[in-house]
Amino acid sequence: MLIVTALSVVVTRSLFAIVTLSGVFSLLSALLFVRMHAVDVAFTEAAVGAGISTVLMLGTLALTSRSERSDKKPQIAPLFLVVLTGALLIYGTLDMPDFGAPDTPAQTHVGPDYIERIPKEIDVPNAVTAILASYRGYDTLGETAVVFTAGIGVLLLMSGLARRRKEDEEDEGGSS
Amino acid sequence: MRHHLILRVITKLLVGTIFLFALYVQFHGDYSPGGGFQAGVIMAVGFIIYGLVFTLKKAKMVFPPWLVHKIVALGVLIYAGTGVYSLLTGYTFLDYSAIDPHAPVHGQHLGILIVEVGVGVTVTGVMVAIYYAFAARAPNLRDQDW
Repeated sequence: MLIVTALSVVVTRSLFAIVTLSGVFSLLSALLFVRMHAVDVAFTEAAVGAGISTVLMLGTLALTSRSERSDKKPQIAPLFLVVLTGALLIYGTLDMPDFGAPDTPAQTHVGPDYIERIPKEIDVPNAVTAILASYRGYDTLGETAVVFTAGIGVLLLMSGLARRRKEDEEDEGGSS
Repeated sequence: MRHHLILRVITKLLVGTIFLFALYVQFHGDYSPGGGFQAGVIMAVGFIIYGLVFTLKKAKMVFPPWLVHKIVALGVLIYAGTGVYSLLTGYTFLDYSAIDPHAPVHGQHLGILIVEVGVGVTVTGVMVAIYYAFAARAPNLRDQDW
């Protein structure tokens, strides 16, 4: 179903349908994450991918045009690049251990250590939260700073443009 | 949106529930999936859905832009402030045991809670601010435009 949705995103020309389909895609991949027992990631994907980003894309659509410009000639080079990258990625997954295999690096190095230490040192049932907020506190602080910076950036760009447009309108009003 | 009676009624019912769920995800993040980031996004969704259905103007009356901008910075300050507090009390940066030196495990609990609040506040602020920035520039659309 994921593949069908992705293909229909490529084929469809109406941007409104594409935005909706990408929301569907996010929701489906959230289901996939639940299936793989990564509930925290699935939660984020469902809230951000299917919720917020769809709304923001619709907001952007309202600012731009509703349908995609159709290309006259199909281009070979991008297709070749995409197929090559996809083939390399699939080749890379061949080396990955089986899903849930007990002898993977993720299960043998820090994983057991965390699982052993969390009940003693932090005593929080959700190990993901404990690792994110305590052992990896610096990383999470950095992520918060990144979100902060992104927000500031958007605000600067968008509100600056709005002010300039207002000034333009005033200029036109003054000259006419 | 004036004539969309069903949408308006359902939204009124849902917004409160969404906020409640966001708070649950926020403060129950230690015990169940979720945490500051997810809670912040859900909280922002509450404001965004309100803005979508009841026009941006009303949403800005509920949650004015200057407050949103303050909140964006406040969250990072809460997070970094926790680290600075632990520095000042003689622990390493972001060592939550500093919050309750007699029971370090309890301190860790509190620390995670405070830090997650910081994350949630910033994410809420940023998401709502981005939505305001986009929506303020879009002209008012009629329903048949879609």
